[in-house]
Amino acid sequence: MKKNNLKAWLYLLPAILFLGVFMVYPLIDVCVYSVEENYNFASQSFTGVGLGNFRYVLSDPYFVQALKNTFIIVAITVPLSTGFALLISLGLSSIKPLRNAFQTIYFLPYVTNTLAVGLVFMILFKKTAYTDGMVNLLINKFGGSSVDFIEGPYWAKMFVMCFYTIWVVMPFKILILTSALASVNQDYYKAAKVDGATSGRIFRKITLPMISPTVFYLVITGFIGAFKAYSDEVALFGTNLNAAGMNTIVGYVYDMLYGDSGGYPSYAAAAALILFAIVFTITYINLTFSKNKVQYM
Amino acid sequence: MKIVLKNLTKRFPSRNKKGQDVIAVNNFNFEIPDGQLIGLLGPSGCGKSTTLNLISGLETPTEGRIFFGEEDVTELPPEERGVGLVFQNYALYPHLTVEENIIFPLQNLKGDKKMSREVMHQKAVETAKLVQIDGLMDRKPKELSGGQQQRVAIARALVKIPRVLLLDEPLSNLDARLRLQTREELRRIQRDTGVTTIFVTHDQEEAMSISDLIIVMKDGVVHQIGKPQEVYDNPANLFVAQFLGTPQINVFSGWIRDGKLYIGDEAVLELPEHEDREVWAGIRPEGFIPDENGPFTCNMERVEVMGRDVSVVSNHPQMTGRCIRSIVSSENRFEPDQKKVRFSLKPYKVFLFDRESEERV
Repeated sequence: MKKNNLKAWLYLLPAILFLGVFMVYPLIDVCVYSVEENYNFASQSFTGVGLGNFRYVLSDPYFVQALKNTFIIVAITVPLSTGFALLISLGLSSIKPLRNAFQTIYFLPYVTNTLAVGLVFMILFKKTAYTDGMVNLLINKFGGSSVDFIEGPYWAKMFVMCFYTIWVVMPFKILILTSALASVNQDYYKAAKVDGATSGRIFRKITLPMISPTVFYLVITGFIGAFKAYSDEVALFGTNLNAAGMNTIVGYVYDMLYGDSGGYPSYAAAAALILFAIVFTITYINLTFSKNKVQYM
Repeated sequence: MKIVLKNLTKRFPSRNKKGQDVIAVNNFNFEIPDGQLIGLLGPSGCGKSTTLNLISGLETPTEGRIFFGEEDVTELPPEERGVGLVFQNYALYPHLTVEENIIFPLQNLKGDKKMSREVMHQKAVETAKLVQIDGLMDRKPKELSGGQQQRVAIARALVKIPRVLLLDEPLSNLDARLRLQTREELRRIQRDTGVTTIFVTHDQEEAMSISDLIIVMKDGVVHQIGKPQEVYDNPANLFVAQFLGTPQINVFSGWIRDGKLYIGDEAVLELPEHEDREVWAGIRPEGFIPDENGPFTCNMERVEVMGRDVSVVSNHPQMTGRCIRSIVSSENRFEPDQKKVRFSLKPYKVFLFDRESEERV
């Protein structure tokens, strides 16, 4: 028994070492940093232990803006992308000809390079010396006046941001949902049809409950992913997100560490822990809320 | 409700372009009398389930008409036909309770057929009582045994009082003992409700034991329709003779010469009214009588004791199967080292079929 235990630990050693060095130690370090007030990166010294870093971060207008942006992105993109993905998957599973072609098209954004996608969005939205961008040309055609989507008003930038995010996260959701829909036994639909259920009722009473674990999984991972948004913002608005007013929490953390105004690991750590607390709370709410709604067969 | 099928045909297009269409149901014509239990019997892939789907409206026929009573329902969608359908895997909604499952068809009713919550509950309870699951109303399907799930499925199909009840392989997911029990139950429920019921099965014993009428199918073609005993005693062709009955009928290649049936060199039966020809001779296992002076000699293999009966396993050069099985009374005694066994035959248990067409002669 004892010998076996020793062996087991030996086998686990590489994983434990790896996780310890790259996961546990940084995690503890983040917590330590976050409570060390006035930490000086150069001299590795600090003046006291307390919640001063949190107070600073929460009163920093850049952080408040980042928090606001993140929440808007989460609140808009998670429900919309999941809803659209569900609609498209339902459509895909009810057509036969060209289904594979459509599936490929819908999946393309997932395998496309972020920079290429950024370029496409530039052509669509960005104002340059030569053109106002395709979307503006369309707006002009219908008698509207041009909007600067990249450097213009806040709502326009947020619109592009959400549009982009939804477009990028949808393919994965479509992929998962179409396979979930395909795995529902066709006999349920036949039975419901013979029993006279309308297609709306079949969807609400049968399809949705059957795929609810998948939808739930997508919502949870969607929330977490959207809270961690950063790279997409950079792709659209460049690295100086504070100036563009489009920063996110993760972006704020990065700026505090390595940005032009960076060099404050304590503030970064505090912001990261605040983000963790938010994600944790939201996920907890999700789990509690879904306990009665999600059907695990 | 009487069901009439007229020239019913269903063709499925072939998967590759050059291939031939698959004819699942080929020119069906039959009439199912009101209030009876019909067994649709055939080997797998013979078009039984397609026939059921055509009657339920889940498939549309390529040609032909379907009537419920006098009403032509060919163009009606399934929900307007008033059929109850029980699937092989029951297709109970796993996230709904037994009661919710049973109520589901009632909740779909529209217009003046709409029911209040209380009426629906009452109907659900009534139907559940009929199939004896009224104590399980709050359970989820996965908390039920296979037999109970089966009953829930039947209750769900019956609750809106269908004109026709259709069951697709209703017993094949149950273990042997439960299958026996459930088929009696099925019979009782059908009698109690009087709903015209069609059930599909590949198990001839199941079909024979409870059906008022059996329809034997193969390759999309109806081979014989009749009361189980009549079909068994009077098979229309070699396929029907072989498909019905356990153990299977024993088939020999034989000749009719001079008003006698020859199997090998032995004239085993007098057949004065037949002209000379080559035939397949089918002899039911119970058609053999051990007889020391009998005309039919077989090579003894072994004797299997089954208590009431004895199964004699033997062989013969002219047989088509792997061995000859004959069921005889256990009062017969056989020597352990007996090499030959002689039989005389019961004439009404011997059927002759044409060599080419395999039709009865």
